[in-house]
Amino acid sequence: MYQFNEEEQMILSMVDDICTDIIMPRAQEIDIQDEFPWDIHQVLAEQGIFSLCFAEEYGGAGVGLHCWLKMMEKIAAVSCAVSMMIANVSLGSAPVVLFGNEEQKQKVLPELASGEAQIAFGLTEPNAGSDIGGITTTAVKKGDKYVINGNKVFITSGSVSKYFSIFAKVIGEDGSRKLSCFLAEKDMPGLVIGRNEEKMGLHGSVTTQLFFENLEVPESAIIGQIGDGYKIVFQSLNKGRLNNGAQATGLVQAALKDATIYAKGRVQFGNPISEFQAIQFMIADMEIGLQTCHLMLDNAATLFEQKSPDLMKYASATKVVCSDMANKATADAVQIFGGYGYCKEYPVERYFRDSKIFPIFEGSNQIQRGIIAKAVYKEYNE
Amino acid sequence: MKIVVCAKQTFDTEAVIALTADGQVNATGITLIIDPYSEFAVEQAIQMKEKDGGEVIVLTIGNAGAQSAIRHALAMGADSGVLVDDPAIAGGDSLATALILAKALEKLNPDIILGGFKSSDIAGAQVLPRVSSILNLPNVNVATHLEWADGKAQVTRELDDGVEIIEVALPAIIGAQQGLAEPRYPSVKGIMQSKKKPINTWTLADIGVDAGAVGAGAAKTKVVQYTLKEARKGGRIIEGEVPDVTKEVVQLTRTEAKVI
Repeated sequence: MYQFNEEEQMILSMVDDICTDIIMPRAQEIDIQDEFPWDIHQVLAEQGIFSLCFAEEYGGAGVGLHCWLKMMEKIAAVSCAVSMMIANVSLGSAPVVLFGNEEQKQKVLPELASGEAQIAFGLTEPNAGSDIGGITTTAVKKGDKYVINGNKVFITSGSVSKYFSIFAKVIGEDGSRKLSCFLAEKDMPGLVIGRNEEKMGLHGSVTTQLFFENLEVPESAIIGQIGDGYKIVFQSLNKGRLNNGAQATGLVQAALKDATIYAKGRVQFGNPISEFQAIQFMIADMEIGLQTCHLMLDNAATLFEQKSPDLMKYASATKVVCSDMANKATADAVQIFGGYGYCKEYPVERYFRDSKIFPIFEGSNQIQRGIIAKAVYKEYNE
Repeated sequence: MKIVVCAKQTFDTEAVIALTADGQVNATGITLIIDPYSEFAVEQAIQMKEKDGGEVIVLTIGNAGAQSAIRHALAMGADSGVLVDDPAIAGGDSLATALILAKALEKLNPDIILGGFKSSDIAGAQVLPRVSSILNLPNVNVATHLEWADGKAQVTRELDDGVEIIEVALPAIIGAQQGLAEPRYPSVKGIMQSKKKPINTWTLADIGVDAGAVGAGAAKTKVVQYTLKEARKGGRIIEGEVPDVTKEVVQLTRTEAKVI
């Protein structure tokens, strides 16, 4: 396992403190109000949490991915919605970090690192979720600009972001359609922010529709090259999937802790229910799952840092294991709490709702398994 | 203004304290942190620097492990640290602590000295008054507010029934009570910068303290025994009809609780 250095330990200790003192007391309220928690965003920005995502030359702290993921796990354990705004800075900026030119990086990353601005990842469309090939948003060259038309759905932090990494197919003069990525800004005419969705969970994390009505972007907005779209999507999502894995692991941790404390205090048939094997097995399975999540995350983060060609298979497997585990652990936590677990009085009800998105977003777990199978097939020819 | 904060490292305030088989406090597995009262003083010092400029030096006695308490203060915004680390210090009492701090303070020559008025672990509240005796400097403890100007400080002191405001000439030694300044969380930037800030380690010889004047041999007090507080017993519910229950409760207040 990766050993955190002294600075990283100090950072994670500070994260523990703000989780306990500031985020946890607000978590239930954020869930009930379902509004973007700007107060918490400000605290995270002041503490430099967003800077953990970036290199020092762009205003970042220059810490490794392991520290970033552990921070995310800790925050997700107290408020998954709050962890979304952090995870999203990582995913939204990934196209710029991985494929952007120096000018784009200097323009965007320091603002993201300070928390002054947020960035959204604009990929999914009403009819193109798992099937990225089905994207119908188009970009057509007009003079030294590109004109983008189409619409996006389920865009995390869409209504609070200043920057957008938007995926569109560039229509060539020969009729070719090349998936490409553009860096757009909120104030550009033709970028229309739609409504926020009402979701089952992750209340307080805004999920937005975007409409492009002759949105004109300069040529300098192209991230990477025309036609790099698929490459950018997959590499960005490799990072995104580790973020999701860390968040899901936070939910497992929270479910385990709350269920254990409750089970030890709840007396039935004259004994704390923690004494019953039926409960012990659920608690033990949560612990086994938590250990598994930690190991998979640690390994995948190491492969990410090493720029391993095998990363994709491991990132997908990590996302599958952590998200499935979060679903199971939070469901079991509700079961242990019984009727109380079904009520909003205890946070396990929120954990359960928040967990359901993890096997769905950033590539459903079925899509992840497809990715893993294809990687395996490549390894065993003839 | 040169501000020196005398800071102590202590057990995490949420740690569960246990005793070893031979009756000593068991430090195994306990997270060490900067003492909360020291932290109030550090925050006050940083706010003073932010307002008027100057520098904040954190002074700590301990082994290399105590550097983490200094690092925490540096991450909050202090400028440098001094760790007095010497094997001869082990086993000393508050008299020795005061002597070492006083000698180190003479060398640092500060304009004002801050510290916790007591520590959260031993809570002897001995050290700063003793330092002030040795250095012949004014000392105000249990401080909840501090104003300073023109070589003077006005210190608000908490009393049982109110506050008193005391004026002292600087340099003076101010002992922080909770409320003096709400400690900030170190930011990521502060944490990353802290690793570039110097922590100087001094031995007793560096500050001119004779090894024989400190340590177990020089201690004027001796801890005879540690005993943990008795664990709180759970309540008892007496069931039955109200008149019967009432009788029994009254009876028990005499025979068992012995409060009547």
